[in-house]
Amino acid sequence: MSLNILPIVRKEFRQIKRDKRVLAVMLFIPALMLFLFGYALNFDIKHTATAVYDEDNSRSSRDFIDHFFRNEYFDYTLRLQSKSEMDGILDGGQVKVVLVIPSRFSAHLENGKEAAVQVIIDGSNSNTGSMLLGYINMIIQQYSVNITAETSIAHGNHLLAMPIDYQPRVWYNPELKSAKFLVPGLIAFILMVTAVISTALAVVREREMGTIEQLMVSPVKPLQLILGKTIPYTVISLAATVMILVLGYILFDVSIKGSVLLLALVTIIFLVGALGMGLLISTIAETQQVAFMIAVITTMLPTFILSGFVFPIRNMPWFIQMVTYLIPARYFLVALRAIVLKGVGLGAFWEQLVFMGLFAAAVLAVSSARLKKIIS
Amino acid sequence: MFGSFRAVDNISFSVRRGEVFGFLGPNGAGKSTTIRMLCGLLSPTSGSATVAGYDITDNPDAVKENIGYMSQRFSLYEDLTVDQNINFYGGIYGLEGARLKERKEWAIVMAGLKGKEKMLARALSGGWKQRLALGCSILHEPPIVFLDEPTGGVDPVSRRKFWELIYELSSHGTTVFVTTHYMDEAEHCNTIGFIYNGKLVALGSPTELKHRLDRYTVYEVHCSDPVEAMEILRQQPWTVETSIFGSAFHISVDSSDREQFMIKQTLAQNKIDVTQIEKIVPSLEDVFLHLIDAEDGK
Repeated sequence: MSLNILPIVRKEFRQIKRDKRVLAVMLFIPALMLFLFGYALNFDIKHTATAVYDEDNSRSSRDFIDHFFRNEYFDYTLRLQSKSEMDGILDGGQVKVVLVIPSRFSAHLENGKEAAVQVIIDGSNSNTGSMLLGYINMIIQQYSVNITAETSIAHGNHLLAMPIDYQPRVWYNPELKSAKFLVPGLIAFILMVTAVISTALAVVREREMGTIEQLMVSPVKPLQLILGKTIPYTVISLAATVMILVLGYILFDVSIKGSVLLLALVTIIFLVGALGMGLLISTIAETQQVAFMIAVITTMLPTFILSGFVFPIRNMPWFIQMVTYLIPARYFLVALRAIVLKGVGLGAFWEQLVFMGLFAAAVLAVSSARLKKIIS
Repeated sequence: MFGSFRAVDNISFSVRRGEVFGFLGPNGAGKSTTIRMLCGLLSPTSGSATVAGYDITDNPDAVKENIGYMSQRFSLYEDLTVDQNINFYGGIYGLEGARLKERKEWAIVMAGLKGKEKMLARALSGGWKQRLALGCSILHEPPIVFLDEPTGGVDPVSRRKFWELIYELSSHGTTVFVTTHYMDEAEHCNTIGFIYNGKLVALGSPTELKHRLDRYTVYEVHCSDPVEAMEILRQQPWTVETSIFGSAFHISVDSSDREQFMIKQTLAQNKIDVTQIEKIVPSLEDVFLHLIDAEDGK
């Protein structure tokens, strides 16, 4: 008797069509998450509210302040009149930075002495704090260089060339926009969550309804069943991927720099692993509720926190870093960012594919073995 | 089978082509385990079985292609329509084109679902679901069909209709292997296998099995205190067994010409009023209770 997977695939699509919720979850939630993460998860620091207490109030202090705010990072929001106003100004959160110029600022500069400037930063958010610190360092150093140059000319010396000419260029994401970094991560996150949940539920539903028993006594082979059940969800997940890429292009100007074909290949390898994980969960959980819980717990937080989607893995303590090797999205992300943002070829990230392939093979082996045991 | 527990121990029987074989026994007796083995889902630790000419251990796939299976849970997809359910089950058994169309037509007529093809399976009543499930499980016209408590939870009218379908299948040469709890259904079978504690304790036609009680006479007794009466009668050497039947009880005694008098006398001595005592033809239930008692007494 010739047997194919078509009847199962067709049936699965019909069930998805009937239960509009599944389709909504698989297509609407990714779009929603793209909006939320793309707009809300913004690490760009611009127009930081800054208070200034200028005790010196001289021409040079005003010149310095003018220089300090000649960029988009800091906004001159508040001018403090007395030292007492400084107390508690950061507590309220109206400003994140306080710039204090002591009274002897201009006098010290004129005498060729070192002039002190105090900057107080709200460090309660360590990420923004350290980024602000970096910007301030850059601004003040630039200003120091300018003054040194001016004074040396004023003293009749030749303009000294700086020993190192610093010419920064940012590659791949020149405007340093968070969205560009996040969109590939979001694809990994969304695919992981939706693919695992939908496959886990699809198989557990058969167990819950008892229909799996009928399949067990039919000539359907476990492999046929697995393929027949996962192919429809792979197709929908790929559709969701295309949708995120299109939305990412329209909303956040993220275009695919590399090969679309390569992107498709990497995505499919990743999806195979995710679907395998969904199957594995379906062999553990007895009810759809339990399957949903396990799927959410094992995909959502780990992918969000441990894949490098938002938080850099290299900053994690070593034992957490070890755990990240078990998160398939970690490898997918590196490959995705390489293709979408850098436009590089397979040579730059082939190891990631190897790891993803290993993960997929391992979960599929375990889940098929377990499924076979359940079926027979 | 399961760890050190033997669900089924040394059972041996054969089922003739085209007969309705009833497989009876209390819950946990090993009925499901036997069916699962015969359907190629479980392998016996020792011994062998042949279903439709194929060995269940060596060739479970061939077995699966030649059987139909339906259980009490009516494995239908509730979120699919009648039509889609038939298409799916036809598809996994490799039916297509004209044959699928013909078998679908047959199944719909058989289940009485003409005009309801577009209805969702979940909207069907128990009897319809049951007949549709049967139809789906035999779309590929298997020579043998296994029915695992197919009438559980279905109303009496639907049960009767279902048994008519079973007879029809059998009359066309399909072998039907059915498990049930209902004694009236057991009476409808050509052959009955009775399984208890994993052992096949009786095998034969309903009439043959009833003859097992020929050595005894069975009475139905109505009296003022049946529980107490049974307790007392059980002490008597000539009592084989007693069992409660509604407000009365049945008692099997060694056949002699004085048995009715002895029962009445014993109860009268214990101040129990006998309102009615009647010699009855033993039912299958009497037979099975007798077999269980005999087995437990070993």
